[in-house]
Formats: sequence, C-alpha cells, structure tokens
Amino acid sequence: MEKEFKMKKWIVAAAALAVGVGLLTASASAAKLKACWLYVGPVGDGGYTYQHDLGRKEVEKELGDKVETKYLENVAEGPDAERAIERFAREGCKIVFTTSFGFMDATIKVAKKYPKVFFEHATGYKQAKNVATYNARFYEGRYVMGEIAAKMSKTGVAGYIVSFPIPEVVMGINSFMLGAQSVNPNFKVKIVWVNSWYDPGKESDAAKVLFGQGADIMVQHTDSTAPLQIAQEQGKLGFGQSSDMIKFAPKAQLTANTDSWGGYYVQEVKKVLAGTWKSQDTWGGMAQGMVVLSPFTNMPDAVKAMAEKSVADIKAGTLLPFAGPITKQDGTVVGEKGKSLSDKDLNSMNWYVKGIDDKLPQ
Amino acid sequence: MRLLLEKRSEHSHTMVYLSPVIAIGLTLVTGAIIFAFDGLNPLEALYVYFLEPLKYLWTFAPDDLWSLEQLAVKAAPLALIGAGLSVSYLANVWNIGAEGQLTAGAIFGSAIPVMFPEWQSPLTLVLMLVFGVLGGMAWASIPAFLKNRFGASEILTSLMLVYVAGLLLDWLVRGPWRDPGGHNFPQTIAFSDWQLLPSFDGTLHIGTLFAVIAAAALTVLMGRSLKGFEIRVLGASPRAGRFAGFSRKGAVWFCFMLSGGLAGLAGISEVMSTVGQLQPSISPGYGFTAIIVAFLGRLNPIGALVAALALAISYLGGEAAQVSLQISDKIAKVFQGILLFYILACDSMILYRPRLIFNRAPAAVPAE
Amino acid sequence: MQDHGELLSIILTIITASTPLLLAAIGELVVERSGVLNLGVEGMMAVGAVCGFGTALIFGPYVGIFAAIAAGVLLSLLFAFLTLSLVSNQVATGLALTLLGLGISGLIGVGYVGQPGAKLAHIYIPLLSDIPWLGPIFFGQDVLVYFSLALTAAVGYVLFRTKLGLVIRAVGDSHQSAHALGYGVIPVRYACVAFGGGCAGLAGGYLSMAYTPQWVENMTAGRGWIALALVVFASWLPKRVAIGAYLFGMVSILGLAVQTKGLGIPSQLLTSLPYIVTIVALVIISGNRALTRANTPACLGQPFVPDR
Repeated sequence: MEKEFKMKKWIVAAAALAVGVGLLTASASAAKLKACWLYVGPVGDGGYTYQHDLGRKEVEKELGDKVETKYLENVAEGPDAERAIERFAREGCKIVFTTSFGFMDATIKVAKKYPKVFFEHATGYKQAKNVATYNARFYEGRYVMGEIAAKMSKTGVAGYIVSFPIPEVVMGINSFMLGAQSVNPNFKVKIVWVNSWYDPGKESDAAKVLFGQGADIMVQHTDSTAPLQIAQEQGKLGFGQSSDMIKFAPKAQLTANTDSWGGYYVQEVKKVLAGTWKSQDTWGGMAQGMVVLSPFTNMPDAVKAMAEKSVADIKAGTLLPFAGPITKQDGTVVGEKGKSLSDKDLNSMNWYVKGIDDKLPQ
Repeated sequence: MRLLLEKRSEHSHTMVYLSPVIAIGLTLVTGAIIFAFDGLNPLEALYVYFLEPLKYLWTFAPDDLWSLEQLAVKAAPLALIGAGLSVSYLANVWNIGAEGQLTAGAIFGSAIPVMFPEWQSPLTLVLMLVFGVLGGMAWASIPAFLKNRFGASEILTSLMLVYVAGLLLDWLVRGPWRDPGGHNFPQTIAFSDWQLLPSFDGTLHIGTLFAVIAAAALTVLMGRSLKGFEIRVLGASPRAGRFAGFSRKGAVWFCFMLSGGLAGLAGISEVMSTVGQLQPSISPGYGFTAIIVAFLGRLNPIGALVAALALAISYLGGEAAQVSLQISDKIAKVFQGILLFYILACDSMILYRPRLIFNRAPAAVPAE
Repeated sequence: MQDHGELLSIILTIITASTPLLLAAIGELVVERSGVLNLGVEGMMAVGAVCGFGTALIFGPYVGIFAAIAAGVLLSLLFAFLTLSLVSNQVATGLALTLLGLGISGLIGVGYVGQPGAKLAHIYIPLLSDIPWLGPIFFGQDVLVYFSLALTAAVGYVLFRTKLGLVIRAVGDSHQSAHALGYGVIPVRYACVAFGGGCAGLAGGYLSMAYTPQWVENMTAGRGWIALALVVFASWLPKRVAIGAYLFGMVSILGLAVQTKGLGIPSQLLTSLPYIVTIVALVIISGNRALTRANTPACLGQPFVPDR
C-alpha cells in the first residue's frame, strides 16, 4: 500500500507525535478527507442506525467532492468495539463518529493512542482533547407529544413501550408526562419494558396488550414501526420514533420525534476541513435542528396550533420542558421555579415524576 | 444419473488434509464470483478478505503486526470454547449453550471487583479467573443435571439458559451492580490493574495463552488418558461404552463441566481484557460461533485452534472489506455460511467416496 | 375494529403470537419424525419473511405466502443435499444454514427497509364474526391462523393414521429396517425436510405479512429456536406442539400485560419467563420416560448411507 503522508495545517502542531503515530494513521491514498461512522445496528434497522446513516449520506451529498465516508455496521458493544474504532484510525479516518453509548470507553481508549484523529461519541459523557460528545434533546419533542396526547386521548390513558431504563429513556417518559399533565393533570400512562431496541413482534404484542388495557394512544421508545401499525389497524393513534413513520400509519401517526443528524455531521466535518474542530459537548435540540417533529397529522386544527406554538416556544427557549419545581414520584420536589434542571441532572435521571404509577426498575 | 456415496473401508488420510484445502479453494472461487457480481475486482477483494490480516507474516513491518495481534485476540475465546465443545460433541453431549456459560462466567468473576473494588492484589486476578471458570461450570451444571436426572434434551435446556443468562446480566448491570458514578448508564465500574489481565503490549493479553494451553492440555487428555479413551468410546458406541463399564452420566457431567468451565474462562477473560467492565453486551456470540469452530476443527482441540484462527480471519477480513471496499457486512455473513457448507460437504469425502451412477438401479443393501 | 376488553385483546394477541411458532414447529416435527435434525429453522424463517414481503409488495400477500414457502423449501433443499446426499453433520449444517439464511435475507431486504408491507387481511364472515367474544376469536382471524391449526390436525392424521405416516416414522425410527423393507429412506427424508422448510418459510412470511407487515433485519428474533424447543417439548406429538406454541405465546404476552400492574417485578425476569417455563416443561415431559422413549425418533440426527 502506498503511503502518501499528507500533512494538514492542524497537524503541524502535533508534529512530534506524528512521527510515532503518523505512519499508522496516514495510510490514505486519496486526497479526500476520510470521515467514518461506527454503527451498533444494521443500517437497515429503519430506526436509530438508519437515521445516523442518513446523516452520513448527507455528508456525502454535501461534501462529496472533498470527503470520503466509510462505515462499519452491526458492531456489537463489547470486545469488537475497540478494534473497529482503531481500524478506522489506522485506515486514515480523520474524524470518527461512534454512534452508540456502549462505544464510550473504547472511543476514549483509542483516542489516547491516536491523538491526531478526532472522535465524536454520541450519547456519552466522557470527553477528551480529541473526543467530543454529541446528543440530541429528544425529550423536547416528547414534551409536545405529551401535550398532544392529553388533548387527543378520550380515555386519558397512553400506552408507552420502552426498551431499557437508561436516563435518556426515563427523561423521555418524564418529559412526555409533564407535557401531558400541563393539559390534563389526571393523565395516566401505562408502561411496558420490552428489553429490546427493536423486535417488531414483541412491540406489536405490547401495543395490543396496552390498547386492550384501555390506552388509546401509543408512545414508543423502541425503533420498529409495529406499534404504530397496530394503532392504525385498531383505529387508535400513536407517535413515530426516530424516523417519520407516516407511510406505515397514515391514519394513526400524530407526529414523529425524528433524529436529524445530517446537519450536525456536515457542520462537524466542515470544521475538520477548515481546521477549526474542537472537542466540545453538543446537546442540541429543536432550536439546532437536531430534533424535528414531523408534520402534525390526524388532529384538529386547534391541537395542531397548540403543538406548533409549543415547538416555537421550545425553540425560543421560553418553554422549558423540565422547568422547576417538579414533584417526583416519591413526593420530593426538585428544581427552581422558571429554571430548567441542569444537563447533569437530566443526564443521570433515574426517577419518575409524580403521576406515573409504574415503578422504575432500579 | 445419480450421486452415490460409497463408504470407504477406512478414513481417507489424503482427504483429511485435502478436504479443507478444496473447501477453501471452492469458497475463494464462489467469493470471487460474488465480488465480481458486486462490481468489485475479485482478486483485490479476496486479498483484503483473507490475506491482509496476515500481512505481517511476509512483510514483518511493525505496522502490520496490529492485524495479527487482533487476530489472536479475536480467535482466543473461540478456540477456548471450541476446544471444550469438541470434546463434548465427541462424546455426543450437545452443549449448545456455551454463550450462556460464557455470560455466567463473566458475571461470577466480575462479582469480585464489583463487590470489593478496592481490593488489588495478584490474588484478585487469580480469584476472578477461578470464579469465572466456576460460574461457567455452575451454569453448565443445570443442563447436565436435567439431562441425567430427567433426560431433558441438553440441546434445548442449554440454549434456553443462554437467554436467561443474558437477561440476568442485563438486570445486574442496570440494577444492583450499576456503577454509582456512571450517570445511571448500564455498566459496572471500570476494572483496573489486577482486575485486568496483564497484556504484552496493550493489545495481546495473556488470555490468548489460555487458548493455546487449553488446546494442548485437551489434546493430551484425549490422546493419552483413560478419560479421553472413555469419552471416545462412549461417543462412538454407547453400547460398547456400557460394556466397558464407562458411565454415560459421568461423561455428561464431565463434558458439561469441561466445556462450561472453558466458556466461563473465555467470558471472564474477555471482561478482563477487551471489555474492561461488565455491560449488557459482552460477547458478539462467541459461544455460538464456537460451535462452528468445533466442527471446522474436526472435534479436535488443536483443530479448534486452527479453525478459530480461520474464523477470526473471516471476521477481521469482513470488517476490513467493509471499510476499504464497502462490502456489506451481510456478504461477510453469507460468506461464512458458504465456507462452512463447502467444508462440511468436502468433509464427507473423508468417510465416503462419491460416485456418479448412470442409469443403474443400486442394489438395496443396508450399510454396515 | 371495535374495542375489545382487556382479556379478549390478550387472547387475540396470544393467538397471533403463537401462530408463527406453531407453523415452524409443526414443520420441524415432521422433519425430526423422519430422523433429521434441521437446526436452520431461524435462517429459513428469515429468508421466508423477506421473500414473502417482497413478493407481497407487488402481487399482494396471498401470492407472498407462496413465495415465502418456496423460499423456505429452496433453502431446506440445500440443507437436504448436504446432510442427506453428502452426509454432512446435521447439527453443523443446520447452524450454517441459520448463518447463511440471516445473511441472505439481509442482502435481499436492503431495499425493503422503511417500506410498509401488504398485510394479510383478517377474514370477516357476516353475523358470525360479529358475535361478541366468540366472533373475533373463532371467525375473525387471518387465514393462516386457521391454516396452522388445520395443518397440525392434518400432520397428526397423516403421521399416525396413514401408510405415508407409517413410512415416515419407520424411516425416522430405524432407517436400516425401512431401507431393508424397500422404502427410499433418502427420498422420504428429502420430502420431509422440504416440508419443514416450507413451513418455516411460511412462519417467516407470517411475521412479515400478518404479524407486523414490514421488513427489518433479524426480525425473526430467535423464534426459530423456540420452534425447535417446542418440538421436543411436545415429545414429537402434533397435538402437543399446538398446546406448547399457545402456552409459550400465553406466557410471553402475560409477561407484558403484568408489567402495567405496577408490581415492580423486574422486566428482565418477566422476559425470561417463557424460557424458564420451556425448561420446566421440558423437564416434566422428559421426566416421563415411557412417553418420551415411545415418541423420540430413534435415528434422529444420524446419518444414513445405503451401501451401493
């Protein structure tokens, strides 16, 4: 393999280190910048990984003449992660996006070995000089979904299908509930943990059971379209997750809480091209365009107007989903009036707000 | 025209060695065709797939050592588990649940650093490994007991226990064993110093040695000891085994303890090296892949070692091909399936001689 | 569709959850009765699911069903060729088939991700389907639900009441004697393996066309393995396969239903219940030695080579 060692301006500063590591990292033969993505699922999951890959494709489209993208899919969190990330670094990738929480420690380890490669880890909390973190404030969308659910529900009960009790998911449940309570203080939610990110069969089972138990709106924090399809079939309503699922449930989807990574990825890769990349913690929401609610459908205009206003308020920063004071399930109160809970509190959330009857798995 | 197999009077020794060569040759040809269909240069694709991971062997460039080390690390758990399963399958004891025993071993061994995070001494390391082995054995003892006591199919009980072990691990790392400083994310504290396996240079760790030692030890056991003889007799002919006074139940226990213990060792070794802590997913299906390894290795511990390396190459090659040639990871899976099919097909040439018969009805004489 | 009470909707959910298991298991039962162990059910289901889905997009779900069956048969014939004609090890070949099937299905399905599929409609019989309770359960399912039950009955009849069944069982119990009596051991096994493949393909098709009309990779999610367990659980008796499939479906659905009752039972425990119940059931069934011995095909998994 030919080793054409291209020195970028921003490398010069680290020239001393480059002698040692440079040989390893710069085996690229093309002049294009290499940007690489590590996925935990198959790009064909139609949900989480699929959305990240759409983001990668957007980078190809926008910067295709300057950037070459690569990805590894279906890499399990565990023994394979570190090797996969290191492979990227050795292949000459200049920026590596590791898109699942479980890749955190592996990313940090490899980043230490390859100080000139930039890493971005999604949904984690460990940073380093060449490791940035990024995530989206999905809970913002869920607050609006809660408001819509409380308006649209006749029974006053929503079914909520969830994967695993990590802070992000708990945050989503709480935000949804706070939104719903702002409309109907007696709103109820029934929660089922399916212990999987996607298992269409099981998710559809859970949806059927929840509808049978009196819920008439389905919320999910799992990736498949199955719960929405069941809602459509039974003449009930529901919300899409990760991507717009309106094709699967044209009569049932109220809106979908979609991840939109493309803009962020393009911006970060551009920074690398310009030599201005810096490690940081990005937690963008609706205002940054990282969380997008797909068009509001299957609801009266009044509800639609309310939802649109909430979205605008959240973007403007005047509506804070986690504004204090918030009463926890156990009766204690957290947060100051008018101020949101801190990002740190949100990121380690392991309690329910008052009004949720479920017991959070501890 | 029809295909007829003729039983050879004895194993064809040529075929024992020739069969894998033919299989690999056929796989390469099929692979080249698939790649060509995908619009790739077949030779380049095959090179990336099968040879690049081994490049160090002829370049001796320090840069290429990396792939070789990764290969050893990837192959180690497969070889370790595969060696145990080889012995087990030889005795007709069908332990399909090594993945669960691996998980149980990881859980048992990790109990020490999770409960006594401050305790750092060489003894910590040894005890963790011992607990790992015991954990694997404990999990394997369930199907062994159910088989011997109730005659319940070990294929299915051991398989069902894989799911149960996975969910137990999931519950532990999300609940009682969660790292208090870990922002409520599902993982235990990160292990350190004596809670990790010493490594030679950051990548290659002593866990890889376990695989070599296990393969050597089991070869001696199977070839030189009475126990090995007993296992082979019971596997080949349970009746003969009974006459010789060998206990079928004893063999079931022995095989499950052996294969379960080795799977447990593989589990704790992974946690103590490549993973570094307990988390919901600690193995990309090593316990299942090891079944393939055992068969590819012809149910021979040394063979398992070689087969583990071959499978590791196909994994690493698949990864490299994804990155440098954008070959879908699905193709890698199909490739492994095809390779396995060819090897299995060629293997039958060891015992049988194929013959094409033209328009002649075969005489109906039962075999043996 | 009108609102059902909680109990009724749980019953209906159990029926849909159990049907693919029953379809795959009844096919594998016939395979194993003929003395062959095909562990590749999961792989055949996956390929059935994707082929059925793709065909249904163009020609509708009823044609999709046949495509799913055909795909399962095709893949099973590959297994049959290796294990029966080339006498390769059945356990290893079955595992390889699973690997291959999951890979191929992912490859075929690349273009189908994110596309809504064609759903197999539930039947509607005027008056009968409207009877409260009984209507939706007995006269309001999709055709495959009835087909799976009819197939179970038919397999039971053929295996134990006809000459064909006698031959299949003879081949599975003692291939040497069956061969000596002049029955074609290999052709019978080929046919049984193909039947099992068709059933597994159909079960996969049920997932992608009736259960959840969509395609995602690995959507079989381990159901093929459960089907294998059900066959042993049923001690190779068709009636019990149906009972087992429905029992398994019931335990998994109740596990979901119980969660909303706020009892604080770890969801992992509830999720693992079906597996634990299967183990317990296996123990109980296997503990009854007389029954197991009478029904286990004696030649299960053993290679057969006729001498010249």
